[in-house]
Amino acid sequence: MDGSTAPLPLSLSRRDALRRILTASALAASLDITAFAAEDIARIGEDPNLLVKDIPWPRLLTPEEKRIVTALGDVIIPADEYGPAASAVGVPDFIDEWVSAPYPEQQKDLSAIRPGLAWIDSEAKQRFGKGYADCDLAQQTALVTDIVTDGSPARKAGYSFFKLLRDRVAGGYFSTPEGWKAIGYTGNVPSMEFTGPSPEVLQHVGLA
Amino acid sequence: MAFLQTSKTRAARYDVVVVGSGAAGGMAALTLAKAGAKVLMLEAGRKYDPVTETPMFQTNADAPLRGANTPDKPYGFYDATIGGWTVKGEPYTVKNKTSGTWQDGTFAKRDATDQNFMWWRARMLGGRTNHWGRVSLRMGPDDFKPRSTDGLGFDWPISYEEIAPYYDRTDQIVGIFGSKEGIRNDPDSDFFLPPPKPRAYELLFQRGAKKLGIPVIPSRIAVLTKPMPGRAPCFYATPCSRGCAIGAAFQSTTSLIPYALETGNLDVITNAMVREVTLDARGRANGVHFIDKLTGQEEHVPARAVVLGASACETGRILLNSRSNRFPQGLGNSSGHLGRWLTDSTAGDLSGQIPALENMPLHNEDGVSFQHLYAPWSEAQAKSAKAMGSPRGYYTSFGGGRKMPGMSVSLGPNGGNLFGTKLKEEARRYYGSFVNVSGRGEMVPNEHCYAELDPEKKDRFGIPVLRFHWKWNDYEVRQVEHMHQTFAEMIEAAGGKVTKAPVKDASGIMTAGGSVNHEMGVTRMSAKPEDGVTNPYSQLWDCPNVVVADAGVFVSSPYKNPTLTIMALAIRACEKLQAGMNDGSIPAPA
Repeated sequence: MDGSTAPLPLSLSRRDALRRILTASALAASLDITAFAAEDIARIGEDPNLLVKDIPWPRLLTPEEKRIVTALGDVIIPADEYGPAASAVGVPDFIDEWVSAPYPEQQKDLSAIRPGLAWIDSEAKQRFGKGYADCDLAQQTALVTDIVTDGSPARKAGYSFFKLLRDRVAGGYFSTPEGWKAIGYTGNVPSMEFTGPSPEVLQHVGLA
Repeated sequence: MAFLQTSKTRAARYDVVVVGSGAAGGMAALTLAKAGAKVLMLEAGRKYDPVTETPMFQTNADAPLRGANTPDKPYGFYDATIGGWTVKGEPYTVKNKTSGTWQDGTFAKRDATDQNFMWWRARMLGGRTNHWGRVSLRMGPDDFKPRSTDGLGFDWPISYEEIAPYYDRTDQIVGIFGSKEGIRNDPDSDFFLPPPKPRAYELLFQRGAKKLGIPVIPSRIAVLTKPMPGRAPCFYATPCSRGCAIGAAFQSTTSLIPYALETGNLDVITNAMVREVTLDARGRANGVHFIDKLTGQEEHVPARAVVLGASACETGRILLNSRSNRFPQGLGNSSGHLGRWLTDSTAGDLSGQIPALENMPLHNEDGVSFQHLYAPWSEAQAKSAKAMGSPRGYYTSFGGGRKMPGMSVSLGPNGGNLFGTKLKEEARRYYGSFVNVSGRGEMVPNEHCYAELDPEKKDRFGIPVLRFHWKWNDYEVRQVEHMHQTFAEMIEAAGGKVTKAPVKDASGIMTAGGSVNHEMGVTRMSAKPEDGVTNPYSQLWDCPNVVVADAGVFVSSPYKNPTLTIMALAIRACEKLQAGMNDGSIPAPA
């Protein structure tokens, strides 16, 4: 790629250095994300290499937050006959990647998900005497069941957070090849011709 | 002759300088180079090679943020475009509809923004052809004579019959699938490749629309279903908006420029930002000034003629900036029409869900990644639209199916409370049952839509930038209302339910001008010098050795996406230019 734009605001080496510092730092989690994005140092950019997955921004979730995401993600997407659990296909890392991104939509998600994780953790401590990630599966499931039950206090407090995280976990999961299998996507394979719907499909939709 | 690493190695002068490398510039360069002219192509963006840079088969999980769109990549990570609604250091100004003040145009949701206009620009070899929707519809006889047909807008100074042979030649170069249907204002091609079979949901729409009296026919799309020399046929996987490494989906970088280079008559310089067309003492164009973006150096390249194919508005900007004592208001602007009569396509979308598509037997619906069927404007629609006060047509396409899942995967109508295995079961049940009906329509040109130079703002090269004025007519608002009403009927006739009610009043959901990426007008052609910017052969009335090859010359904005017509007109204009240079009717500059 022969450089097409004006000199970058920061040289690559400075950018890399900064990334390393931020990632290593315990400070990262408490950074003001809006001010950080304004620096314009860690975006995808308008001309990224499309063949390489290079996430230029530091991850912001703390190890404890990530443990809660992992536990909650596996209640949302457990291992079953349709496929592996969310954590088995890297969804917790993806959620960290998502909420750490320096774009308005993702920053908005972070500002809802981070307090939501703290809330569900304190709720678990109140009910079961331990953090959400340390609860057993029955306890974790009971709490989520409560959140989605109409009229419950937990729903009032935690539903919008839960639904948001749930949608991101589902998106992160079904966009993996294992998730394709779970949802029933069979494409992305080359073929000599497009044969169109089979007689079985036509019959299913009432066109046979 | 070839790709030049630096403008230092270019020839001292060329027969023709072509500005831009997309549909217009690519086809112009190919036409002229084949005819023997020594051509220099200048592209403002970087060199780009779809063969090595296209993410074929990559999954969304291979991309940052699962490929979701961001302000950096507004159509998603994998979209081929380098550039977008903003280009760093190259602003444009738009009016904030609420505050009435001017601001820089930026990334926004096109049907829910305060910006009156949005401008999509590519900065890469091949321009916007690298990602476009490949919809390739011929304009019909009525489309060239709209004023004669319904009394609104303006007639073109040319007819369908005059352009038909150039459509034929374009089709043979591009490769378009379709079917012969004999619809008068949607002319067939003798060179259609076989269309792919329809998908299940498309068949449901076809059957449903029939009850409404609306024919649904195979799409006309620039994707090869048979091989062409140097280009493989589609293998029905991986979205075309990423670009196509095998050349199946037409784009200038695989389908025009390599063939132009093969003639030995073309040089290409990328990162070359053209500022203005220069004139000799008698007012003939004698070359262009450009800025080499890699060195920051200003350069002048002499030529016998100049072809502008930078996209309608960028070409308009170059001409507005080509000011001289002879043409103080910009080159081509003696009539005062330069920058005016800017149009875009209208857009209306309505989504729904079809129960018959639930729990479908597993099958692969990727196909060519675009619609396999569409509904051209029909007599039934024309009648009901006219009664609503909407004079002009639109075409309809049907989206949906079992697409590669990304972040917006839907969990179905019961989605809110789901988790666990039940969530997977519901996602599986509803996957592929959501549909979207989408219309692209014709706008009647009006005097409130135009581009002009911003009185103060300049880009990072010091070149004055454009600012945009925009206002839809009531005709277009009524048209989007008609779309919504019709699309709701279509979804119901296909056995589905709309997921959101159609709007009764579309004034709140009109898209920002330009946001459908179909800017047309700005340098329109005319029968008489006082009525437009170019003559019927796309040469400036002010200066016939300057040709406009892009959609700037369009007099109206038919509901046929502009790219195919851009290419047909580019062939015609460049052959006329070449003939004029050969026979001396277009004299060489001093």
